[in-house]
Amino acid sequence: MANSIIELKNLVFRYASATEPCLDIASFRAVAGDRVFLYGPSGSGKSTLLGILGGVLAPQQGEVTILGQNLVSMTSAARDRFRADHIGFLFQQFNLIPYLSVFDNVLLPCRFSERRLQQALAGGATLHAEAERLLSHLDLGPALWDRPVTQLSVGQQQRVAAARALIGRPEIVIADEPTSALDADRQASFLQLLLRECGEANATLLFVSHDRRLAKDFKREIDLSTINSVSHEQEAA
Amino acid sequence: MNHLLMLAVRSAWNRRLTLSLTLIAIALSVTMLLGVQRVRDEAHQGFNHSVTGTDLIVGARTSPVQLMLYAVFRIGEATNNIRWQAYKDISASPMVAWTIPVSLGDSHHGFPVLGTELSYFEHFHYGDGDGLVFSQGKPFKDTFDAVIGSDVAEQMGYHLGQRIILSHGMGMAGLPEHSDKPFTVVGILAPTGTPVDRTVHISLEAITAIHLDWVGGAKMPGFFIPSEFVHKFDLTPKEVTAVLVGLKSRVAVFRMQRNINDYEKEPLLAVMPGVALEQLWQVVGVAEKALLAISAMVVVVGLSGLIAVVLAGLNERRRELAILRSVGARPLDVFLLLTAEGLFVTIMGVVLGVVFLTLMTLALGPVLKSHYGLAIQLQWLSPEELKLLAAVVCVGLFASLIPGYRAYRLSLADGLTPRI
Ligand SMILES: Nc1ncnc2c1ncn2[C@@H]1O[C@H](COP(=O)(O)OP(=O)(O)O)[C@@H](O)[C@H]1O
Ligand SMILES: [Mg+2]
Repeated sequence: MANSIIELKNLVFRYASATEPCLDIASFRAVAGDRVFLYGPSGSGKSTLLGILGGVLAPQQGEVTILGQNLVSMTSAARDRFRADHIGFLFQQFNLIPYLSVFDNVLLPCRFSERRLQQALAGGATLHAEAERLLSHLDLGPALWDRPVTQLSVGQQQRVAAARALIGRPEIVIADEPTSALDADRQASFLQLLLRECGEANATLLFVSHDRRLAKDFKREIDLSTINSVSHEQEAA
Repeated sequence: MNHLLMLAVRSAWNRRLTLSLTLIAIALSVTMLLGVQRVRDEAHQGFNHSVTGTDLIVGARTSPVQLMLYAVFRIGEATNNIRWQAYKDISASPMVAWTIPVSLGDSHHGFPVLGTELSYFEHFHYGDGDGLVFSQGKPFKDTFDAVIGSDVAEQMGYHLGQRIILSHGMGMAGLPEHSDKPFTVVGILAPTGTPVDRTVHISLEAITAIHLDWVGGAKMPGFFIPSEFVHKFDLTPKEVTAVLVGLKSRVAVFRMQRNINDYEKEPLLAVMPGVALEQLWQVVGVAEKALLAISAMVVVVGLSGLIAVVLAGLNERRRELAILRSVGARPLDVFLLLTAEGLFVTIMGVVLGVVFLTLMTLALGPVLKSHYGLAIQLQWLSPEELKLLAAVVCVGLFASLIPGYRAYRLSLADGLTPRI
């Protein structure tokens, strides 16, 4: 059996302001090289779960083990470090810092994590060259590199964000509805690029969406409502 | 840490349009603060340097500050003069080394005219004990000779041999003129940075001479004495405005002061320049402190503007903060980022304020000098001023903790997914 990359046990999470728990997950597991499509309607707690995996939210009960380390027993600062070192994040929209260049956006994780910095340099190239390599792989040609990020299309911005999630080879890439702001054609091609690059970087991908049609490209599809015993009515989030 | 500073600077630069107005407000408030401080220092220095080596200043009985102001700084006018005999008596005292009589009241294009004796050029000292030096010419000899200060020469464009006409009374315009008795410039003094530079010096006899045919503030009608005939009259002055006294031994200063204050024939006042100046600073000190407090308040207003702008922009930046958190920033980093941004703008404001001050010194320096006798010069920041600037930066830092803390709270609550 492959290495456990993410493992949740008896997880219960409740927002401080809420009366009812938001998540109650008896068990969840992702292994090395996994491509997990996590499905759930809006408001079902997907982003909350990702917050827990990223170490930004702390569950009231249960175990969160990532890469063999128990997040629950860490200090919040240690979790922040852990996230910087091992997880690349990708969000729905406005993924880029508007006042930084394309390159500075891509290299951001290397500024916060020595590990990501070292791994980005591991290929023997410079940081810049590594960023260029990723950008080119994600179909972003040199013509776009010097543009202010605010002048890139949404699709281009998402690909810059993908390069940022991948730089320094984090073991895990977590994508929270990264295609929701794209039109159908671009959704598919972006997804292909992301899958390919995660494969190349040997990263475990956890892809979250409320759009089930995207599931077909994934090895594994999980409906959050089947693992989460808190039942969510269809609510806006 | 470095990358946070870099981010703070880039972020501030990105929002330069919004921030520039508050930046300018801070800069101007800093300029004002430094300006007030500089004018104050310069005034103190200027006053303290205007007369040295004089042990006592004697005039008609009035307040010490007032006597000091008109006798040395030509500010205000004497309400009473002292009689010539009193001057003679003081000069005759065995404790006295020298005396300089001073007779004021007339002017020339706004520059005060001072009647005195040759002892003035010998015994008047200023600064660290510097004496008066002629840049051109020599002391007055004939009755209608005049010696002018460097500012008078420069501003009026006068040279040796220039004929000038004095006006009766102090003031700028509309004064009756002593046009029948023109003077000739025979000497020009080197700059001293004291009121001497703005003074026209003539002899006491000349003061008497130009007023021979005057009664009170006006010319006697039908009575006219041409210049060439004034010597037929007794030109011994009847009174002088004040006397500067140098003693043989400073030890005697209190005794001499008492003697003069107890003078029987008329009420006199003798003051020590240092003591009178100290009193002056006490009076002015209240106003100075008020002015400094107002400037400090203006700085606080400027900094409040900055904090308001940074706080107002914070909500739009929640996404940005979430991105930073997703790449590994701690909430503490977010706190530092926002605090650094406010601090950065404050420091920029301080730097810009110093630049403004420099530009204003260059632009307004000559006007201040010619109109108020304040020699504000370009100079490196004094330790006092650096302290003020450091205080501004400190207040800016403390103020920036507010948006820093707010961002910290927001990023804790938002995590990776702000719910905007
Ligand atoms: N910071 C928060 N405080 C309180 N409740 C929250 C917070 N964030 C999300 N929720 C609630 O938790 C539930 C799950 O939200 P979320 O994880 O964002 O869902 P999804 O990502 O699946 O759309 C929703 O009911 C939402 O209202
Ligand atoms: Mg969500």
